[in-house]
Amino acid sequence: MHFHEDQGFVHRVASEITPRDVYDQRRTLLKALAAGSGGLALAAWAGRDALAQTSARPGKLAALPSARTTTPGGMTLEKLTPYPDVTSYNNFYEFGTDKSDPARHAGALKTRPWTVSVEGEIRKPRIYDIEELLKLGAMEERIYRMRCVEGWSMVIPWIGYSLSELIKRVEPTGNAKYVEFVTLADQKMMPGVGSRVLQWPYVEGLRLDEAMNPLTLLTFGLYGEVLPNQSGAPVRAVVPWKYGFKSGKSIVAIRFVEKEPRTSWNKAASSEYGFYSNVNPAVDHPRWSQASERRIGEDGLFQKKRATLMFNGYEPQVGQMYAGMDLKKFF
Amino acid sequence: MSAMSSVRPDHPIRTTADDPAATLRPGAGKRKSALLHPAAKPTLFALCLLPFAWLLYGAWADTLGANPAEALIRSTGDWTLRFLCATLAITPLRQWFEAPALARFRRMLGLFTFFYVVMHFLSYAWLDQSFDLDAILKDIAKRPFILVGTTGLLLMAPLAATSFNRAIKAMGAARWQMLHRTIYGIALLGLLHFFWMRAAKNDFAEVAMYAAIVCVLLGYRVKRWNSQRSLAARA
Repeated sequence: MHFHEDQGFVHRVASEITPRDVYDQRRTLLKALAAGSGGLALAAWAGRDALAQTSARPGKLAALPSARTTTPGGMTLEKLTPYPDVTSYNNFYEFGTDKSDPARHAGALKTRPWTVSVEGEIRKPRIYDIEELLKLGAMEERIYRMRCVEGWSMVIPWIGYSLSELIKRVEPTGNAKYVEFVTLADQKMMPGVGSRVLQWPYVEGLRLDEAMNPLTLLTFGLYGEVLPNQSGAPVRAVVPWKYGFKSGKSIVAIRFVEKEPRTSWNKAASSEYGFYSNVNPAVDHPRWSQASERRIGEDGLFQKKRATLMFNGYEPQVGQMYAGMDLKKFF
Repeated sequence: MSAMSSVRPDHPIRTTADDPAATLRPGAGKRKSALLHPAAKPTLFALCLLPFAWLLYGAWADTLGANPAEALIRSTGDWTLRFLCATLAITPLRQWFEAPALARFRRMLGLFTFFYVVMHFLSYAWLDQSFDLDAILKDIAKRPFILVGTTGLLLMAPLAATSFNRAIKAMGAARWQMLHRTIYGIALLGLLHFFWMRAAKNDFAEVAMYAAIVCVLLGYRVKRWNSQRSLAARA
């Protein structure tokens, strides 16, 4: 048998031939690239695609209207994790340590009435009613990657506004160096609070500049609707470049403090969970590798896990906050 | 009951007349005949395969939840522990209920324990590590609980390999039994593996349950050996 190195336009089977309209699209794309607008055109096209995914509301809870975000990094174009996976597989130890426990037990959580006390080193301390908080900033949809410290990840369309909107209003004093999030610990509604797994209430914290970063989202909804209880209703934080546990759920107080807060996981195992807990493939958890992750609902059963990105892929937006820091030491 | 008869399940006592327990206890004869029924072993075999079939179906039909890989790894591990407990329960139950015919099922349960631990390791190696040998070796070195689990699996392999009758004959019953007593150590390794895995979440309720079962099953043996030794010392 002869081997023909290049037969160019010779086709044995008609189906090998690229249909004309597809071929023409390629020309359009090439033209756009030639005009220097290729990247933009692609982004717009992919963005439309991402938006089309979110328009399908699961129809389980009250709608929470929002506009598309303009915050850089706030709209990843990756495939969304299906709503049933997002809301049936997560950690919320107040409802139990199994990842199916939150969905199973969070039904008893009452999210009205609800207040969030904003206090500490600020000029305007106040107790906010949840209805006030809902109206405080313009709701934006943000599609973020979520990387759990356990080695799995999701892509979730959250709804909320930058925490900085609230912080600016309460006017932190010069002593405010950190922000502490205190979350609900009500043994009557939360069966896990009786356990000794962690110290309750669950406390998380950020440095003030981290809390002020526009990506840090005060979150009220997901998938076009208000948050389901198991995902941290009625209000939670989402800090997409840090491991998931840094994002406190069902927040009841936001405190501005001078000293680095002792966070719950840090108290439970300080050698394993540092204050920063930035997603970092180069710094392993003492007991497992953080170099790769399994994307829930997307990577097939037999697919290789995907590489974890520095700062969960948000390095352009947040990297400068850690310039000069030894991230192995401040893990 | 001598060591030999307990390790040769294919030579069960065929008549109730041979077993004094059958004449002593009402209903014992009926129970025995069920254990000796020709369909007993195939039925148990099918039952032992059910969890595996259910997991296969779940993987195919996508009913294993948001993280099917994790679900497969965890449930094959759970089933390994359950089969290990069932295997270790045969001797105490046999002696307690004076039902020597129970020994017929011990080998099958032991082999299914091995089957599930191999499935457990394969799902870890495949689904979690993509059969990347280098990554697996690094993981074994990094995570003590993986090391303990792998050790348990490796120790179990010789037991599975010498489970047939000719191996018993070739090795001699005493040596064979000595080798197969490593299962007690393997059970403790399995518990440690599970304990360490759950230690990440400080969640020990299930670990405590398995530990209690294994404690009872091994404690029973220790107690029996002690009483036999003191009997021998008196005689």
